[in-house]
Amino acid sequence: MLEFQNLSKAFPGVQALSEVSFSASGCSVHALCGENGAGKSTLLKILSGMYKPDTGQLVLEGKPLRFGSPFHAIQAGIAVIYQELHLVPEMTVAENVFLGHLPSKTGWVDNRELVAQTVGKLEELGIALDPNTKVGDLSLAQRQMVEIAKALSRDAKVIAFDEPTSSLSAREVETLFAIIEKLKRQEKAILYVSHRMDEIFAICDTVTVLRDGKHIETVPSAQTDAAGVVKSMVGRDISDIYGWRPRSVGAIALESHGLTVRGGEILGIFGLVGAGRTELLKEIYANPAQSIKNGICLCPEDRKKEGIVSVRSVAENINLSARRRFSKLGFWINEPAERENATQQVEAMRVKTPNLEQQIGLLSGGNQQKAILGRWLSEDVKVLLLDEPTRGIDVGAKREIYDILYDLSERGVGVVMVSSDLPEVLGVADRVLVMRQGVISAEFSREEATPEKCLAAALPTSPNPSSPSPSSQSWEEGSEGSHSPQPHLVSPSPNPPPRIGRRGPGGGGS
Amino acid sequence: MKKLWQNNGMLLVCALLFLVLSFTVPNFATVENAKGLTMSVTTVGIVACTMLFCLAAGDFDLSVGSVVALAGVVAALVINKTGNIALAIAIPVALGFGVGAINGFVIARLGINALITTLATMQIVRGFARLLADGSSIGISNEAFGKLGQYKLLEFQSPVWVMVLCFVVFGLLLNKTIYGRNTLAIGGNSEAARLSGVNVVRTKILIFAVQGAVAALAGVLLASRVSSGQPNTSEGLELQVISGCVLGGVSLTGGVGTISGMIVGVFIMGAVQNAMNLLNIPTFWQLVASGAILLAAVLLDKLKNRKNV
Repeated sequence: MLEFQNLSKAFPGVQALSEVSFSASGCSVHALCGENGAGKSTLLKILSGMYKPDTGQLVLEGKPLRFGSPFHAIQAGIAVIYQELHLVPEMTVAENVFLGHLPSKTGWVDNRELVAQTVGKLEELGIALDPNTKVGDLSLAQRQMVEIAKALSRDAKVIAFDEPTSSLSAREVETLFAIIEKLKRQEKAILYVSHRMDEIFAICDTVTVLRDGKHIETVPSAQTDAAGVVKSMVGRDISDIYGWRPRSVGAIALESHGLTVRGGEILGIFGLVGAGRTELLKEIYANPAQSIKNGICLCPEDRKKEGIVSVRSVAENINLSARRRFSKLGFWINEPAERENATQQVEAMRVKTPNLEQQIGLLSGGNQQKAILGRWLSEDVKVLLLDEPTRGIDVGAKREIYDILYDLSERGVGVVMVSSDLPEVLGVADRVLVMRQGVISAEFSREEATPEKCLAAALPTSPNPSSPSPSSQSWEEGSEGSHSPQPHLVSPSPNPPPRIGRRGPGGGGS
Repeated sequence: MKKLWQNNGMLLVCALLFLVLSFTVPNFATVENAKGLTMSVTTVGIVACTMLFCLAAGDFDLSVGSVVALAGVVAALVINKTGNIALAIAIPVALGFGVGAINGFVIARLGINALITTLATMQIVRGFARLLADGSSIGISNEAFGKLGQYKLLEFQSPVWVMVLCFVVFGLLLNKTIYGRNTLAIGGNSEAARLSGVNVVRTKILIFAVQGAVAALAGVLLASRVSSGQPNTSEGLELQVISGCVLGGVSLTGGVGTISGMIVGVFIMGAVQNAMNLLNIPTFWQLVASGAILLAAVLLDKLKNRKNV
């Protein structure tokens, strides 16, 4: 149904795609795998009409597609659902579904028809949503469903999902999979970009692997397994993706908000989305400048929104915090010291970048994350807080990040890692905390922790919140003022009273 | 070649423009005219230095034209009352600093957007300027004060030197100090900057306060040159200044901007204005032309960057 023929695309300094050819048939789900930088995003952007390829063409049902125009891609029946959803929060579900082609009578929007058609589309998918709700009031998972209904309203023949489950809870993922099954039965061709092997093998019929911009293989998922796909992705065997190694643990490094971490220890915090993990970290890190001076650093959850300054260079992003320490007289920049530090961090973190002046926004997610780690290693870090450090990062780069964490803890740094990827928490952490509904509900040593125990402690007790929607947004605004107590490094100062799951000054979510 | 174009596109356009104007516009390429041209961009050039910081931080300041007027009026009142030149400079500059600090406080601390905040202060400050001057200009009889803006050194008058000094000082501030780098980081991503320990609120307040002070300084120089404090002067200055910056490749969304680009932008605007004066083009058409040039420049920039994608 959809054929990618000889697609190539070069950017300054990078061959993002070279002669990629494969095809995807209707009535099936095609996984698209590859490390970051393998060319998946470029391929999706060509599909959605955002990029023009240098060579090659896309053929949909025998007809070549016109490139470089999102409008024509939509007209031709292509819908790409990105991680960041493209909806208008102030408008209703129905208005969003039919945005761009609202049913009308002589120029006036026909509201009754609009609602009726929306209900039709939602029912087709088995989605229970009120068409008159404002999209801004919906949870992330519900918004994603609105995007899918929007694709249907435009008669999409090809629907591509870019990491659709990265912020969904386990139950929401199941609902999404049920919808994808329905789409498949409606003879749609579905492209599914994901790093999660379990998901790929749960719903995909074929798996296409890209590596360094080249097409490696397209195989039926029944004829391969996770290890095989990972091997094709990285071009080598990764037998143990976590590579945990025993380390010695030192004295207590941080005690704050009911959480204790020792130097040299990796503490994993697991919980479903909305369990209050991000809020807990942000509360510990309520006053960034002061925390950094105390040696506590945070790698935030949303790299693009809170981590990197995307228009500035790799070097500037690395030196953003520590330049204060290098500076002369407290304000004059010490350029040689900054350059040396950036060079050193880029090497130590193995950030793949053409040069230090490269705009960081043009690097892959894994390399951005490594640069942010470099930012904190330029400081005298004693406790490193990480919020979903490997989200949206490919397998190879994940392992590099784990290795950085092990090295750090060997140097006596206390590491706190929040993750909603349970195997990752169990694979990397020396000790596991589980959070539920804003409080720490269980604690396990590495030996005690099993997936069953952790999940049992994470699942909400009744009353069951139907869709936990984290609202770190409102929290961030509130945390600027910061009248909440400062985290203390234990040695120099008395312990603050443990406070578990206290909500921040901005009020805790919707 | 491509790289040269990417990095110095506007500089090339500027050079080409001067070349073409030299050959096509009579009296453009004369020493007298070069001096006049430089003199004519001083107010815009001085204020653009600090506007660059506002833009780099992702904001802008519409109140600068009003601050220039208020500073001129206050300087005239002070000099007529006291005869003390130091006071006639210090009081308006401090006042400008205060207005800017209020802008910054409302924007950064209270979270009101820059458009609304500075639109409001623009009107408030203009109102005060007219109230203080009772609607008409205040003549300055003190000769020493009048010389302030007309003092000549190496052929150029003092406002030109003040502008050059501003270019140097703010160029160094932007590139060589933590204040400047933090400004760009805030404009690029204020949340990332905050989480990296940058005091976003304090930096922004400082940016606006300095903007106010520098606009006031430009106002004092202007008042000295014309020997009067004029409450109606410099209307629309803010747009000229922002246009100059944008012409010079400063991003309106923040995080990107250089002093050299801004200088080029300011001089392109000045050269076009100057050439149109020499050709006796009516002012109304000049307005149309400057708008069209701004639009063309921004489109050119967009086109240049699109190839990067």
